[in-house]
Amino acid sequence: MSTALIESPPGSVRANLRAAFASAPNIVLTLAALLGAGAVLIPVARWSLIDARWSGTAADCRARGVGACWAFIGHKLPFILFGLYPAAERWRPALATTLLLAVVLASLVPFCWRRSLILAWIVGLVGFLWLMGGGLWLSPVPTQDWGGFPVTAMLTVIGLALGFPLGVLLALGRRSHYAVPRLTASAIVEVVRGVPLVAVLYLAVLVVPLALSTGVDVDKLVLAQGGIAVFAGAYLAEAVRAGLQMVPAARADAARALGLTWWQATRLVVLPEALRIVVPSFVSIAVGFFQDTSLIVIIGLFDLLNTARLAAQDPDWLGFHTEAYVFVGLLYFVISALVSRYGLWVERRLGASTRRA
Amino acid sequence: MQALALGAGAAVLWWLARNTQANLEQHGLSLGFGFLRQPANFELADSSGIPFSPADSFGRAILIGLANTARVSVIGWVLSILIGFVLGILRLSNNPAWRGMVRAGVELMRNTPLLLLLLLLAATLHSMPGPRNAFEPLPGVFLSDRGLVLPLFERPRLVGFNFVGGVSLSPELAALVGALVLHHAAQVSEIVRGAILGVPRGQADAAMALGLSRGQALRFVIVPQALRAMMPLLATMCVSLTKNSSLAIAIGFPDVVSILNTTANQTGHGVETMLIMIAVYLTLSLVTAAMINRYNTRLLATGG
Repeated sequence: MSTALIESPPGSVRANLRAAFASAPNIVLTLAALLGAGAVLIPVARWSLIDARWSGTAADCRARGVGACWAFIGHKLPFILFGLYPAAERWRPALATTLLLAVVLASLVPFCWRRSLILAWIVGLVGFLWLMGGGLWLSPVPTQDWGGFPVTAMLTVIGLALGFPLGVLLALGRRSHYAVPRLTASAIVEVVRGVPLVAVLYLAVLVVPLALSTGVDVDKLVLAQGGIAVFAGAYLAEAVRAGLQMVPAARADAARALGLTWWQATRLVVLPEALRIVVPSFVSIAVGFFQDTSLIVIIGLFDLLNTARLAAQDPDWLGFHTEAYVFVGLLYFVISALVSRYGLWVERRLGASTRRA
Repeated sequence: MQALALGAGAAVLWWLARNTQANLEQHGLSLGFGFLRQPANFELADSSGIPFSPADSFGRAILIGLANTARVSVIGWVLSILIGFVLGILRLSNNPAWRGMVRAGVELMRNTPLLLLLLLLAATLHSMPGPRNAFEPLPGVFLSDRGLVLPLFERPRLVGFNFVGGVSLSPELAALVGALVLHHAAQVSEIVRGAILGVPRGQADAAMALGLSRGQALRFVIVPQALRAMMPLLATMCVSLTKNSSLAIAIGFPDVVSILNTTANQTGHGVETMLIMIAVYLTLSLVTAAMINRYNTRLLATGG
């Protein structure tokens, strides 16, 4: 039996096979594991593939009885993806989401980390909101009718896009020598991180409208988006602060000695280095936020998870909730796993470039 | 400069407060916690065994919500740490089959929203057959549309239309605890794995050079050292589990957030209930942070 308490490196298939059948106890353990995995995977495979029904009506599915009813997802796919958005206009949320995702994808490539990216973001966000909301040649669609994947994408991407500058400001504030910004930023970060997102969302939807002047009617989706952005800002602030702490103080001193003002030194020397360090933790925060936006179910907005939940409550298709949740779960899983992979890649890449420097 | 910023901040706060006041007056409401003594006029599906009737006050309902949150949290903490610990050790096993299985489970939990798991479990439990045809995955453990029944001290028996004996959890409580435990056990396994990998390799080599078996080395040398690195992370995990227990509202389990929200909707005292909510969770986070700090200082003082 190998004595390594340290995880063996991801070895070849052959090395793994050899380890799995290395000794008598190991053979027993491996067989037990395979039996356990089989006991789970075989029924899952039967349900989702072998016994599944891919087309037909709810009655056909019920007649079949045992397997998954993917026909239900087929019928409900437009609703799950786009919610109550007018059927004739569904190309708009589809295009808007593509635009938003294109900007995000561009931001993932280190080659694109330059000033023009900010311009791309502005174009992307304005384009998204215009396509979704209408106006200027497009028929207006109120936010109550927005739903499904575009809402999830919007809450995540705009939440992080607004939360990022807020997080940088809060992080700089917490490290300030002056008491007022330091205490204000610390209070905001600690309070927001101390309460659940559900509480922040309620605060945004129930209390913020009260605190604004009478007669101003703010859209619920906007309020939720604001709450999510502040929540993201508080979490990103802690990541940025960690990055700032890792930049040697001598860097800022040298920049100041060259005659740069504090603001110039921070903007041109310290922040770029700190932000590079924290890209991997940004990515894991982003994955968390992508999943956490699903909490807006609780304040009655229609994101991807909520449209799936509602699709399963359609009286014509009762009893197929598992299919609905498995389907959106798969979407969440694939996107989160891909983004996490990217995080690992960028971490290695940045690590390599700093070693070379 | 700072005085100016302070002045501007105070002005904004004053403006917000004045607006709130004006808005509340328009609805014939005023700030204050007097409403806590009014009768709640709602039923609670689960009251942690504390008697509650609709004639009781909002204040009492909120206290029961706190008790429910505390109950879910404590069960969740214990189970996710126990299960997560085992999973963390399994992830370091030299058997690739076990390693791979645990890793697949952890990845599944990490890459899907907790709320999705919660809704799926709740919907599945609600669509289970009745107690007469209950599903029995393990001897004495029954799953039915009435929830989960576990054998504790005695085996549950079916009497009439429901189970008697053992511990029974409502479908909502079972789904909430189940989802929280699955999600956070995966986190704990990552913490445990990281902490064990963080112990210098020489420690394991030295322990085994002294003739300890792999299990003994793990138990007497590696884990005690890894525990120190784990403690702050486990404490943070516990706080995050309690915060996540607020998802209870999505499946209708009356935790403190859910009851505070109902109270806000019925009385219109949204500002006050939000203050209570923030106070509850901030107390928890700050107390935990203080405990972690004390633990770290003690650790440094005793030389680790």
